[in-house]
Amino acid sequence: MSAFEGKLSPLVEQLAPSGIRRFFDLASQMDDVISLGVGEPDFVTPWHVREACFYALERGYTTYTANAGLPALREAIAQYLETFDLSYDPKDEVLVTVGGSEAIDLALRAVIQPGDEVLIPEPAYVSYEPCAILAGATVKKIATHAMDQFRLTEDALRAALTKRSKVLILCAPNNPTGAILDRAALAQIASVAIAHDLLVISDEIYAELTYGVRHVSIASLPGMKERTIVISGMSKAYAMTGWRIGYATAPRDVLAAMVKIHQYTMLCAPIMGQMAALEALRNGERERQAMVEQYDQRRRFVVKRLREIGLACHEPQGAFYAFPDIRASGLSSEAFAEQLLKVERVAVVPGAVFGPSGEGFVRCSYATSLAQLERAFERMDRFLNS
Amino acid sequence: MDSEKRIKLLHLLHENAKYTDEMLATLLDEEPAEVRAAIAEAEQSRVILGYSAIVNWDKVEGNGVTAVIDVRVTPQREVGFDAIARRIYRFSEVKSVALMSGAYDLQVVVEGSHLRDVATFVSERLATIEHVTGTATHFLLKTYKADGVIFDDREDEKRLVVAP
Repeated sequence: MSAFEGKLSPLVEQLAPSGIRRFFDLASQMDDVISLGVGEPDFVTPWHVREACFYALERGYTTYTANAGLPALREAIAQYLETFDLSYDPKDEVLVTVGGSEAIDLALRAVIQPGDEVLIPEPAYVSYEPCAILAGATVKKIATHAMDQFRLTEDALRAALTKRSKVLILCAPNNPTGAILDRAALAQIASVAIAHDLLVISDEIYAELTYGVRHVSIASLPGMKERTIVISGMSKAYAMTGWRIGYATAPRDVLAAMVKIHQYTMLCAPIMGQMAALEALRNGERERQAMVEQYDQRRRFVVKRLREIGLACHEPQGAFYAFPDIRASGLSSEAFAEQLLKVERVAVVPGAVFGPSGEGFVRCSYATSLAQLERAFERMDRFLNS
Repeated sequence: MDSEKRIKLLHLLHENAKYTDEMLATLLDEEPAEVRAAIAEAEQSRVILGYSAIVNWDKVEGNGVTAVIDVRVTPQREVGFDAIARRIYRFSEVKSVALMSGAYDLQVVVEGSHLRDVATFVSERLATIEHVTGTATHFLLKTYKADGVIFDDREDEKRLVVAP
């Protein structure tokens, strides 16, 4: 027993252990596992980006940077976001963070007061709820459904509102469902947000990974920029997960509050990663598009094969996840994933990990090679149909 | 099939000629019959000239030698470099011929069983062709990357097996 016994923060103790952890432990002990459970690109960071980092190191870029990030990188981010009809002043409306994850934490801590309610449509990325709890908020989950392609509807949002509702977290394109929110759906959500003075934290880390549709940021809608914190980063679009470079853009008052927390906790994002991110934004368009093209091809293959082996699946239009319905198997999502892993050595993530509405579904990542996907679906077919 | 998809189809076949028509149709969001028709048309019009594997010959025992030969020629009136290129590429030892800009005119890749075979080919066949004014022969020692494929540094999976 250590001296910490009974002295841990109740907030931390309140957090549920990660449901993914158990699968990670299980899968890690097995050989010949084909994993469709990975939430990061299978591509290695493009060489020109890695090479730019070497060059930066050679020139001695090993120091702290400005708290908000290298000015050149903030300018590049602001310029890049114009692609999505977003306009931010790089001087005081852009913050470079240690991955999108830090930006989520900062955004919540910057605005939450004890007792505030954070609305989280689910199934949702696993970090939102813990970050909201750690910031002192209470969490209200809003169920989304397969029949709506897991999109948040205006009615569901209105029904969830209480007097304490302060922040809505959106994630589109969505992890784990691959759902997107089009302009019409976002306009409905925006009208509720404006009418009820909701703040929006919009996680757009998969913005570049859309297929046949163009990503729309809620912050680009009339009246929304002033109440939205946009979060994104380099991890998904540029295959730079390990570099830990994300960013937040927001009105200057809330961004200043986020910078304040960031400067006392993180100080700045690593300069090598920032230099690499700058190279990616300046010269990474061609390689990024090539990766998106490959995800799109795999997406079509995965959806077709899922349906062929008897699993219903809505068509994901973003990110690199399919979210098939496994209820016909008669198994819970956790039992399905566990048996599939043990019997056929294919790792998927149980939908219940992402919230109650994810029960009956599993997340299949197609951020893996086509050859691996072919093998995985041969095994899944055998698991389900023989 | 529209022209954009035709180009994507060619890229996919170039990447992996073993893809089935059904797989290609899925990847391109097309019907298999459309894919078959587009491939047939590309073969007919000689856009697709054949299908081959990318082989790392360095790993094959008893493999011969390869030489890249820079050839300077005097172009001929009306036919330019084409006539001389035609005379060169018809030799079975010649694997490729390309017209280049810069210090020389034709780049010729030649394969033989031994150094001596290539040397003989260059001195007795290539250099003696009328209008060939000079050659520089470079023997290939090791291939690191060819046709977009890196030969010897396979990058192992470094990701966690399951991650959020």
